[in-house]
Amino acid sequence: MTTTLYTSDHEWLAIDGDVATVGITDYAQSQLGDVVFVELPKLGRTLKKAEAAAVVESVKAASDVYAPVTGEVLETNAALAAEPALVNSDAQGAAWFFKIKIADKSELGGLMDEAAYKAHTA
Amino acid sequence: MLARDDKDSLKRTPLYDLHVSLGGKMVPFAGYDMPVQYPAGVLKEHLHTRNAAGLFDVSHMGQLALRPRSGKVEDAARALERLVPQDSLAIAPGRQRYAQFTNAEGGILDDLMVANFGDHLFLVVNAACKAEDEAHLRANLSDDCMIDSLADRALIALQGPKAESALAKLCAEAPAMKFMDAGPHRVAGLDCFVSRSGYTGEDGFEISVPAGDAERLARALLDNPDVMPIGLGARDSLRLEGGLCLYGHDIDTATTPVEAALEWSVQKSRRTGGARAGGFPGAERILAHFDHGASRRRVGLRTEGRAPVREGALLFADATSHEPIGKVTSGGFGPSLNAPVAMGYVPTASSAIDTKLFAEVRGQRLAVQVAAMPFVKNTYKR
Repeated sequence: MTTTLYTSDHEWLAIDGDVATVGITDYAQSQLGDVVFVELPKLGRTLKKAEAAAVVESVKAASDVYAPVTGEVLETNAALAAEPALVNSDAQGAAWFFKIKIADKSELGGLMDEAAYKAHTA
Repeated sequence: MLARDDKDSLKRTPLYDLHVSLGGKMVPFAGYDMPVQYPAGVLKEHLHTRNAAGLFDVSHMGQLALRPRSGKVEDAARALERLVPQDSLAIAPGRQRYAQFTNAEGGILDDLMVANFGDHLFLVVNAACKAEDEAHLRANLSDDCMIDSLADRALIALQGPKAESALAKLCAEAPAMKFMDAGPHRVAGLDCFVSRSGYTGEDGFEISVPAGDAERLARALLDNPDVMPIGLGARDSLRLEGGLCLYGHDIDTATTPVEAALEWSVQKSRRTGGARAGGFPGAERILAHFDHGASRRRVGLRTEGRAPVREGALLFADATSHEPIGKVTSGGFGPSLNAPVAMGYVPTASSAIDTKLFAEVRGQRLAVQVAAMPFVKNTYKR
């Protein structure tokens, strides 16, 4: 059973046990426009909550993607290197960015559920 | 996010309502509320312009008439030569030329287009500089010219391989025009000034139209299925692929035309040994750059990977050195090349095509190579 939570910076986390799959929201991709490049964190890197973890570049600009929780990077999505436009077509599915091992579950407390995120972007 | 007051202080072009009705995403640019993109998005807008035709609202730019007090256009052209290093006298009636206003240090105050309309000169200048440009003209040329700000006119660019056929439907004379031809024409029955030029590297036109008629003309052009509205985002990626300078970024008050690799725009008559050599602001420094070379030069840059190298990125001679040798002044992703493109300044000794350099992006050194510009072959109808 996975639970999906959201950050105010427009990342989503699908939580399955102590692993979170992280990406950017459909709202975020619609604001960025056509994505042409994604830089992902190195495997094994330990990210601190709110630290810049990845970069997503549109034709116009580069935007940081922040680690929503502290933890070690377990896996990154190689499909994004070959096809950055996946972020536009399937932001909350096939275009996940990385999986992180959640170091401290209490950090999830400050995140939003879907209803709260919808209100945040309304 | 802009505070509401700031948003309210932004000026609107005569096509503002059209942009909003087309779903344009409006952003502040040079004091105007302008569309950065439409629902199609920057990538599709860019590619559509290269494959068919794009319509751009460039009404924020300044349009000015320089009317000679003597009634002779050559007197206005001669007067203008006091402010630009170009041969203005040689611009034939019905022709246009690219120029720069220079400062006493040889830097560039603005770049502009100058057209000879037979009895006066027609100037198009950058939006962000237009107030200063007008003041500069008034301060320096008022004895010889009346300077009219044509603020009651909009400016529409129509660019791309289908621009000619699209404009021909509304202006039968358009197909006969050659690159840099410019003059008054009736378009859709309206009194327009048309030039065969633009800022994309594509064949195309810029059409100056009375403000009150601008929306009618834009809608008439957009009725053609070949023509799509294009925002500032794609305008920037198109000009970057075209190797064209953006004022305030690739050229500014600290860059001379020679450093900026714009030697082609300074005719021999204004260079050392020419019939009217010098006589423009900063001539000493600019001619010295022509005669002895400049120490740095604007170049094109291509990368090996897909990570864009953007404005402000420092350039290094190798992967480890501490001292940067140059800086990127424009950079992004070129949709037609499906690869990053950039331009920047490097020491002249490192400016040869294929020179390998490194750009620092987020703390990492990325391999880049000096590359010929334009990155995408231009398709002007000469």
